[in-house]
Amino acid sequence: MSPKTLYDKIWDAHVAHEADDGTCLLYIDRHLVHEVTSPQAFEGLRMTGRKVRAPEKTIAVPDHNVPTTLDRANAATMTEESRIQVEALDKNAKEFGVHYYPVSDVRQGIVHIVGPEQGWTLPGMTVVCGDSHTATHGAFGALAHGIGTSEVEHVLATQTLIQKKSKNMKVEITGKLNPGVTAKDITLAVIGETGTAGGTGYVIEYCGEAIRDLSMEGRMTVCNMAIEGGARAGLIAPDQTTYDYVKGRPHAPKAGQWENALEWWKTLYTDEDAVFDKTITLKGEDIQPVVTWGTSPEDVLPITGYVPNPDDFTGGKVEAVKRSLEYMGLTPGQKLTDIEIDTVFIGSCTNGRIEDFRAVAEVVKGKKIKEGMRAMIVPGSGLVRAQAEEEGLADIFKEAGFEWRLAGCSMCLAMNPDQLSEGERCAATSNRNFEGRQGYKGRTHLVSPAMAAAAAITGHLTDIREMM
Amino acid sequence: MEKFEKLSGIAAPMPLVNIDTDMIIPKVFLKSIERTGFGKNLFDEMRYNRDGTEIEDFVLNQPAYREAQILVAGDNFGCGSSREHAPWAIADFGIKAVISTSFADIFFNNCFKNGILPIVLPQEVVDVLMQDAEKGANARMEVDLEAQTVTTSDGEIFSFEVDAFKKHCLLEGLDDIALSLEKVSAIDAFEASASTARPWV
Repeated sequence: MSPKTLYDKIWDAHVAHEADDGTCLLYIDRHLVHEVTSPQAFEGLRMTGRKVRAPEKTIAVPDHNVPTTLDRANAATMTEESRIQVEALDKNAKEFGVHYYPVSDVRQGIVHIVGPEQGWTLPGMTVVCGDSHTATHGAFGALAHGIGTSEVEHVLATQTLIQKKSKNMKVEITGKLNPGVTAKDITLAVIGETGTAGGTGYVIEYCGEAIRDLSMEGRMTVCNMAIEGGARAGLIAPDQTTYDYVKGRPHAPKAGQWENALEWWKTLYTDEDAVFDKTITLKGEDIQPVVTWGTSPEDVLPITGYVPNPDDFTGGKVEAVKRSLEYMGLTPGQKLTDIEIDTVFIGSCTNGRIEDFRAVAEVVKGKKIKEGMRAMIVPGSGLVRAQAEEEGLADIFKEAGFEWRLAGCSMCLAMNPDQLSEGERCAATSNRNFEGRQGYKGRTHLVSPAMAAAAAITGHLTDIREMM
Repeated sequence: MEKFEKLSGIAAPMPLVNIDTDMIIPKVFLKSIERTGFGKNLFDEMRYNRDGTEIEDFVLNQPAYREAQILVAGDNFGCGSSREHAPWAIADFGIKAVISTSFADIFFNNCFKNGILPIVLPQEVVDVLMQDAEKGANARMEVDLEAQTVTTSDGEIFSFEVDAFKKHCLLEGLDDIALSLEKVSAIDAFEASASTARPWV
């Protein structure tokens, strides 16, 4: 048998039908659903008299629109349109009989945090969701990617997706990370290297010692942003770290099946002689804490750097950088650590997990956020929130002056009331710094949780290594 | 889905690279539970001032391009979120083909589900088409999916590649769920064997 990559193996295990031209029906093991990209799909089923083929493999949770303030049980905290969208999900989940975590459930949260937390996401699975950050689940060695609403309807109706196979790309991070460098810095540094279209047409497998050394939380952060590099999906081969995370979760294989599952999971790695179509290698020790300065996630520089000059670029990027700098209100040559911040957002499917919050607590313990700073910590799920409270992290945040919120997507995409105002500048642990992403004319600098925490204290972008 | 007919129309130039789905349709418009009505908010933050008045120099507000049916855009068009509201807005505005050197994966797939043809061409060809688009309303570009060609207003013809299955679905306006359900016995068989091999799933 010819050697296979991890992606090849998962793909081959899920092809339900292959046409002569290579167009496949790929069987989907888990379909995650949220309120924004699903109402039209459920409506489509209703109009055609179709059912959800596998409701037991379909998991729904509202996350994008939901307010994160403590008073959200009061319906008045939501706009009329948001309320309609969340109610539509309530109704569709009930009508079509899919698993559901309503806003009132402590397990509610961001769909990509809830899935792994509840053990829905397992190695070797195919996982899709009408959300580009579905790539997150690749951390488990699951083939996971975002789909549009028409495809959501297709999966609901057929439990398959029409797909052609992507190419294989390897991103290897060798060696060890230096202190202050996190999974977020790895994933941003990779995008800085490849550009936002560098992964287009590929599924990335992240490997190397620095990746192996990451916790599941860190691996999820890395895979989460595979989409920002243009890749269909990001993958990390499962290992003991994965098995330890999965074991005992509500929907993980139970005793009796666990051993069988484990036996298969242990075959999920890239064979030694397998060929990748593209390979990128970064040395772990070369990666520094990074920050974005522009309006594309590829606009990445080490925190020790300076705002670049449009003339440093070529092609269409010259105009794009001019536009970015004007939007961001920055001047070429400006020191990145001189950029003043008025808002800090810590949360999202990229960095809204317990380990992220522990990192924040370590930085802010016993300190106060800068006067006038608006700083918000939004847990990725109700269970993350509960755990952070149990570990005493929430008290540290509140004492430092952070708002401690309920779970949701919040200011990552600002569909709920958590938004930047015009001209506000935010250090955010989320995944996109696009124009208007966090609010009309809001300005976003993407950073790791520790770096966001440091900025909250100092009031400007800060090299976390100077606070360690 | 409507059949994709041979297209002859005005092409609007948008040379900016990395036009993301937040630019195409900002999130404030994602709260609808319908598939229609997004066209008026296509490129909303680039197209309108906060008070709702038009930003004059934005390409689709210029008299020449208000009826554009083709968009010629910079690299990596449609990056970002999976929101199908982006192609819904493009289609609702009346744009039926987008030409670029590259498209983000999810956006690219979403286009085909909505009767929009995304055309990938090399930089030097996109440059020629961009120049042609900049000529304004008198320059009509032609897109022939059957023949897989784009013809400039000067009659210069460029061929493009397109996946055969996707082309077929666009030309015939096919509902791909119905097509997939024709293969339900294959799905049943797969499901049965997978549930034996991996019962924990």
